[in-house]
Amino acid sequence: MEKIPTLSYIRPFVSTRNACKLCSPLGACIAIKGIEGCVPVIHGSQGCATYIRRYMISHYKEPVDIASSNFSEETTIFGGEANLKIALTNVTNQYQPKAIGVATTCLSETIGEDVASQLSHIRNDNTNSNLPSLFTVSTPSYQGTHMDGFHATVLEVVKNFAKKLPSADKINLFPGFVSPADIRHLKEILIDFDLTTTILPDYSDTLDNPVWDQYYRVPKGGTPISELEKMGEAYASIELGVFTAVKQGGQNGGTEVSGASWLESEHSVKNHQCILPIGMNSNDTLFDILSKISGKDIPVKYKIQRGRLLDSYADGHKYIFGKKAVVYGEEDLVLGLCSFLDEIGVEVVLAASGANSGKLQKEIIKHCPEHGKTIKVISDSDFEQINEACNTIKPDFLIGNSKGNYIAGNFNIPLIRVGFPIHDRIGGQRITLLGYQGTQELFDKVVNAMIEYKQNNSPIGYKYM
Amino acid sequence: MERIIKERSTQVHTIGTSAHDLDCEKKSLAGSVSQRACVFCGSRVVLYPIADALHLIHGPIGCAAYTWDIRGALSSGPQLHRLSFSTDLRERDVVFGGEPKLYTALTELIEAYKPKAAFVYSTCIVGVIGDDVEAVCRKVSAEQKIDVLPVMAEGFKGTKKDGYKAACDALAKLVGTDNEFQAPPFSINILGDFNLAGELWMLKEYYEKIGVNIITCLTGDGRINEIRQAHKASINVVQCSGSMMHLAKEMEEKYGIPFIKVSYFGIEDMADALYEVAGFFKNNEMLQKAKDLVSKEIKTLLPALAPFKEKLQGKKAAIYVGGAFKAISLVKALRLIGMKTVMVGSQTGNKDDYNLLKKLCDEGTIIVDDSNPNELSEFVKEKGVDLFIGGVKERPIAYKLGIGFCDHNHERKEALAGFEGMLNFANEVYASVTSPVWKFFKR
Repeated sequence: MEKIPTLSYIRPFVSTRNACKLCSPLGACIAIKGIEGCVPVIHGSQGCATYIRRYMISHYKEPVDIASSNFSEETTIFGGEANLKIALTNVTNQYQPKAIGVATTCLSETIGEDVASQLSHIRNDNTNSNLPSLFTVSTPSYQGTHMDGFHATVLEVVKNFAKKLPSADKINLFPGFVSPADIRHLKEILIDFDLTTTILPDYSDTLDNPVWDQYYRVPKGGTPISELEKMGEAYASIELGVFTAVKQGGQNGGTEVSGASWLESEHSVKNHQCILPIGMNSNDTLFDILSKISGKDIPVKYKIQRGRLLDSYADGHKYIFGKKAVVYGEEDLVLGLCSFLDEIGVEVVLAASGANSGKLQKEIIKHCPEHGKTIKVISDSDFEQINEACNTIKPDFLIGNSKGNYIAGNFNIPLIRVGFPIHDRIGGQRITLLGYQGTQELFDKVVNAMIEYKQNNSPIGYKYM
Repeated sequence: MERIIKERSTQVHTIGTSAHDLDCEKKSLAGSVSQRACVFCGSRVVLYPIADALHLIHGPIGCAAYTWDIRGALSSGPQLHRLSFSTDLRERDVVFGGEPKLYTALTELIEAYKPKAAFVYSTCIVGVIGDDVEAVCRKVSAEQKIDVLPVMAEGFKGTKKDGYKAACDALAKLVGTDNEFQAPPFSINILGDFNLAGELWMLKEYYEKIGVNIITCLTGDGRINEIRQAHKASINVVQCSGSMMHLAKEMEEKYGIPFIKVSYFGIEDMADALYEVAGFFKNNEMLQKAKDLVSKEIKTLLPALAPFKEKLQGKKAAIYVGGAFKAISLVKALRLIGMKTVMVGSQTGNKDDYNLLKKLCDEGTIIVDDSNPNELSEFVKEKGVDLFIGGVKERPIAYKLGIGFCDHNHERKEALAGFEGMLNFANEVYASVTSPVWKFFKR
């Protein structure tokens, strides 16, 4: 049996070889799963829904139901409204959902479907009037990546549901595309600051259920629509991630808006944006924001967590100093990881993303004071480009989703699995990266991976590190 | 909530309640959350195992990303099929056309990876934006001097089955292009085995032991040059009949090669496959060798299965798989280890398949075509099953309800075909059904 072929030379490719990104409807489905009682419908071919389900199920290990309007040749010629209506009726009868989110595809966008007006026809025509709330998001797969679909959905949900109401004693949290365990940890932190929060999206239960004593067609959990409506009355938003803005069409090149920035401009909800809180620096920023918003001191519990993390930095720093890391994935994840690795003395030699906002390099330099300027950043990248680059940069470890495992295998180095997807292990949905606590788990993993590598490659082996 | 969507009620049948045929081979109902994928999926799964070909997916990134290294289809040599290549169409390409990008992508990849042939899969929007994929393939083929085969697999143009046909059409263009080759006597092609977890290698050994030569397998451990010689075989032995029947029929028409349908799952079907091939060649020595092989295998296998059977006796199983032919074999294989099938269904079965299942299963068994998570969860609950056999999308339904599960889809890592596979199957079923973890679940 031969090895999977790897080119020994580097040349530019027009094609994408082993994509380091997914298509935008997938991101939309994940965000839709964070709304209580909401079922995603993909307006396009049956395969889009099924492939995305399979991809998500393999990571979350949960039932993930996504309906399709199931285009046929006739649909493609005459338009998809009739199919969409059938799909909405069947989903309503089968799931009795509280809302249905319709994501478009490359197919429905290319034939020029105006789903927003289709939805208003269907709503007006509906004779049995039992349809739930309906909203749509434009997610043509030829535009951007799954993250664009995710953030576009967040923005559409805010625009659809948030009402202008008198100010209330609560805040909004936009966690970005993080794990269910991360969302749960963030909730815990917010509660400890006595903050009442609306989280969008919150799939911490819907994509990581406990076992069931009966089958739930729509899994429990998610942010209730009544809470989404209150997002306009919050006194502050916290937005994790800086690559959250969605390009909005229009003259003069259009503008870039995220759910949080829209609330700020439309409803005067002050937005506090920070990078994904992985590491000491970024968590200090987040906890300062929380302290400021809540008017409370940082709870002792987190001061202790921070202290323990710092203590472990002392215990582990030698084993990772100067180690060379390759980081890949979504831009916000890459930025968060770079900031963390930079502060612990790891040298990031390559930061790659399948996305291409044009801002990754600048943000990395800003948030990585130690080595930021020397980090090689590749946007619009793919795994084969990373693989070939590793030939010359000879990294000590990779950090990112499970799809880079074959590269780690090629170079016989550890892969530290974080992010999405993790298809070759259980527990991807339970990995915590955020907070001092998540950072602690990650730091231990990185240090131990380096120790284990040395131990396994040592001719004598040893019992003490 | 509805148990079954009204429009789907003719696609569900409980044995003993009606004499009607099960409704099938229909396009999935919008909003039903079908477990099926699309035309592209059908062609991709069939051609994927051809290991020395370049597989380029022409479209936006999703279709390629979701099918990267998706099957456990092993290759004894080249591993080119395990890379995922896409033209990754962007908005600009959609507006101005994707042909220039396709041309450049194909050329650069063929130059870099030097494949024996290239398959170019058209996805949904390719036809809509008017790309002439066939013309680009012809041009690159002439320039690069290799076969570049378009696979017309626009997702919306039918169901997964139409994708099987698109794949067979592409294969048919390769078959018969090597006339120099002289086939040894008693030569067959294996159609519809994909060498999941190395199953083909086990089958090959059985066939070789009884004196049968395999020219090519379509498409497990597949090689372009062997496919070119496939028309020299005496017979096509077709498994997974759904995916490969088009090619078998076309080869019968064009080259006069007859075909037989077989299955390699379970002792009975595995033995029948060997006997039928020997019977076709009307060769007594071969038939005797087949009988000897089967009895030798059974002699060790049956005692090895006995302890499993004892523990699994009377347990109930539900089956939901892609092809109905596999479902039929599974019903028999389960019976062999003492288990009873109380629900069985498939994504792509036809009338004959379902009628056979009706005959094979007991009264009260639910038979279902093109099902969905809601129905499947209802059925397994109603029937109180101990085991669910399916693929990745069915697995969480079983586990959420505290039911054992056996993966019989194309991602599995365990060989389940042949005599050896039967023991693996029993072992996996036993491991899942009798695991003590279920004691903590309320059933």
